[in-house]
Amino acid sequence: MRLTLKIWRQAGPNVAGRLVVYAADHVSPDMSFLEMLDVVNEGLIKKGEDAIAFDSDCREGICGMCGLVVNGIPHGPDRGTTVCQLHMRRFKDGDTITIEPWRAKAFPVVKDLVVDRSAFDRIIAAGGYVSVNCGGAPDGNAIPISKDVSELAMDSAACIGCGACVAACKNASAHLFMSAKISHLALLPQGQVERARRVVQMVTQADAEGFGSCSNEGECEAVCPKEIPISNIARMTREYLRAVVRI
Amino acid sequence: MKLDAKSPSGPIAGRWDRHKFEMKLVNPANKRKYTLIVVGTGLAGASAAASLGELGYNVLNFCIQDSPRRAHSIAAQGGINAAKNYQNDGDSVYRLFYDTVKGGDYRSRESNVYRLAQLSVNIIDQCVAQGVPFAREYGGLLDNRSFGGAQVSRTFYARGQTGQQLLLGAYQSLMRQVHEKTVTLFPRREMLDLVLVDGKARGIIVRNLTNGKIERYAGDAVILATGGYGTAYYLSTNAVNANVTAAWRAHKRGALFANPCYTQIHPTCIPVSGEHQSKLTLMSESLRNDGRVWVPKKKGDARPPAQIPEAERDYYLERKYPSFGNLVPRDVASRNAKQVCDEGRGVGDSRLSVYLDFTDAIKRLGVDEVKEKYGNLFHMYKKITDEDAYRVPMRIYPAIHYTMGGLWVDYNLMSNVPGLHVLGEANFSDHGANRLGASALMQGLADGYFVIPYTIGHYLASSPLPKVTTDHDAFKQAADNAQQGINRLLAVKGHRGIREIHRELGRILWDDVGMARTEASLKRALAAIPGLRDEFWHSVSVPGSPDNLNQSLEYAGRVADYLEFAELLAFDALDRRESCGGHFREESQTPDGEALRDDANFTYVAAWEFKGVGRQPELHKEPLEFEEVHPTQRSYK
Repeated sequence: MRLTLKIWRQAGPNVAGRLVVYAADHVSPDMSFLEMLDVVNEGLIKKGEDAIAFDSDCREGICGMCGLVVNGIPHGPDRGTTVCQLHMRRFKDGDTITIEPWRAKAFPVVKDLVVDRSAFDRIIAAGGYVSVNCGGAPDGNAIPISKDVSELAMDSAACIGCGACVAACKNASAHLFMSAKISHLALLPQGQVERARRVVQMVTQADAEGFGSCSNEGECEAVCPKEIPISNIARMTREYLRAVVRI
Repeated sequence: MKLDAKSPSGPIAGRWDRHKFEMKLVNPANKRKYTLIVVGTGLAGASAAASLGELGYNVLNFCIQDSPRRAHSIAAQGGINAAKNYQNDGDSVYRLFYDTVKGGDYRSRESNVYRLAQLSVNIIDQCVAQGVPFAREYGGLLDNRSFGGAQVSRTFYARGQTGQQLLLGAYQSLMRQVHEKTVTLFPRREMLDLVLVDGKARGIIVRNLTNGKIERYAGDAVILATGGYGTAYYLSTNAVNANVTAAWRAHKRGALFANPCYTQIHPTCIPVSGEHQSKLTLMSESLRNDGRVWVPKKKGDARPPAQIPEAERDYYLERKYPSFGNLVPRDVASRNAKQVCDEGRGVGDSRLSVYLDFTDAIKRLGVDEVKEKYGNLFHMYKKITDEDAYRVPMRIYPAIHYTMGGLWVDYNLMSNVPGLHVLGEANFSDHGANRLGASALMQGLADGYFVIPYTIGHYLASSPLPKVTTDHDAFKQAADNAQQGINRLLAVKGHRGIREIHRELGRILWDDVGMARTEASLKRALAAIPGLRDEFWHSVSVPGSPDNLNQSLEYAGRVADYLEFAELLAFDALDRRESCGGHFREESQTPDGEALRDDANFTYVAAWEFKGVGRQPELHKEPLEFEEVHPTQRSYK
């Protein structure tokens, strides 16, 4: 396959970026999208040119490190797929592909396609946990949890924190990310003690980071590589109301 | 050098308790006066940083990724072992200990392994309390499965994402401590050197990967939890940024590297599809619980699997190992796959894969139940291969997955360099020559949650640690050294790609220091590696500048270290003229082709001392003693 790539290049956080055109020849349909970029980079490196910076690590769709906007869609055209698991057989010979970084005020560009997502860590730090120190835990079977509840909590806990939901949202809202963690812990008995405090602190932190609000468009759910449902956001809203009424 | 493992004596069941009592404590009010440097945020690093923060120490925690939640522990799928005996099927701490020593082919330290088995039960409790959504039964209790060669059901799991959920549990505890300001987080930092002052580990030099600045951090002890060295092989199931750099640089500063030849090849990976491939994807070996492994009986049989009648299939694991069948340990399953492919009975376009067939499981359990158990793995397989494993058998082939070797540590998880502690996959201690399935998560969390919080206190309380700042000459010298290494890489200005050279190194290691090794193959590797290293330093191209995010520079530094480390790996494999666990020397096998240990000559830990790049390292031996589990020929027949 031969492809034309239009890739966002930006030397640093405070300089203007632009789309640069590259030709990718010899693309195999079995390559992953990132392997295709590896090959382009290998060509640039051999010529002594600065390689295109992009993040990735596990390359099996679980670490949440990769994230590119491919033809306007975070993680590209396949549903429930991170860009590292997107394969070139999804494209046609002769296609032009535009590749951009996540774009959100709270995710400033570090270089090229790499953004700073530390705002997500600060949201978790604000309350996305159960405050139990190591050492004093009761026996694991002392807390029975119904299989249905446990499965539902797991559905939410599956979030990989990649930030595609923010990149897809016209408001750059972190609601899907946040609501996944809030749901996971609010559903389980272990999360009850801090249930009210957690939702208020996390929402407050997200506002401070510059994430927008939710206007129920559902783009986040459509691009989420783990297909986290938007019903989590509804649950978070209920949790928030419940918390502020009671506090 | 005399290696003192500090293994306690006495009845094995009471060793850890007694050791805990005998260790010195740090007064609670004094803990905040100590600064501890933790490198890595995987299960071992994050759990260590979080627990040490909870105790009140001042913790500095570093990782190369943009967030601590990315560490590669996250990719572990299958589960975590614990001797809870919730299933009433005869499990016990002693049995888990016994299985782990035997599974490690009698090349691990009994005291360490017993402690690991004891702590396994506390890990589950801690993780449940954090809200880790382990699988449950309808009655609400925790579910278990049998996994990776165990005859009891002691594996706890969260769908196929156990590593993810355990890591997020540790990450959340870590972020709570960041919020409490006991832990300061330093993401996008790569450790480039260890700083020794008066012979003790007192700090690290890191490169800030965002702006390229060389930064210095001082502390009272350094804890490395930087993972294994599987990416030396280029293709592995490890994350693409996984590397040996931190451990290797510590080794060059005097820390001994133990048993590097113990590498684990995982039997259930998706086969290689072409030259472009950047990594291999593992599918949880829990698949072997219900999938049946087979190849055609006839060489070169290219018919589609559905057209090969039952009578012409060889379910070789079931045939050769009737009592364990498809659940034999990883090394046995991997070697057998290689063997049938070498015989010309491999399947797929490359002929380098075997079938893992779910037809019977689907008949027995129904598609829905198979989907519930393995849905995410089937989905992943489809994404990568474009094949539907509900209809055609999966194709699998072994790949490098985990490395049992690592920096040498004593019972307190301290290396021979005072103050330098090593946890998780980065150390060598608990898995011997072969790790059992669902035991890596157990070890990482045991080290971080339940061992280091005790042993670090003992070190701090029993060592004079005068105040050291980063103005000390040792810091300046190490920082200059790191900067020179970077300048040297950028100055080569050659024409060859970094990846190309890494791929070449990987091929040498896979072919000659891979699943089956011989004296000739190892000598071939030892002859080839220095040449490739010279080639790298003469012709690699590392573009870009040192003062911003430069992934080519990061990668080149890691490959440069692998080009040194690879020799050590081959030296160790050559020196160990026996087969054990993941290390298979063709010269040492039983008449029916199983690994044959040489207990009389090799019942020791090989701990290597660095003597200069390209120089033969010096071997130090720690003899292993077996008082509880007496070495026998492992048999899974």
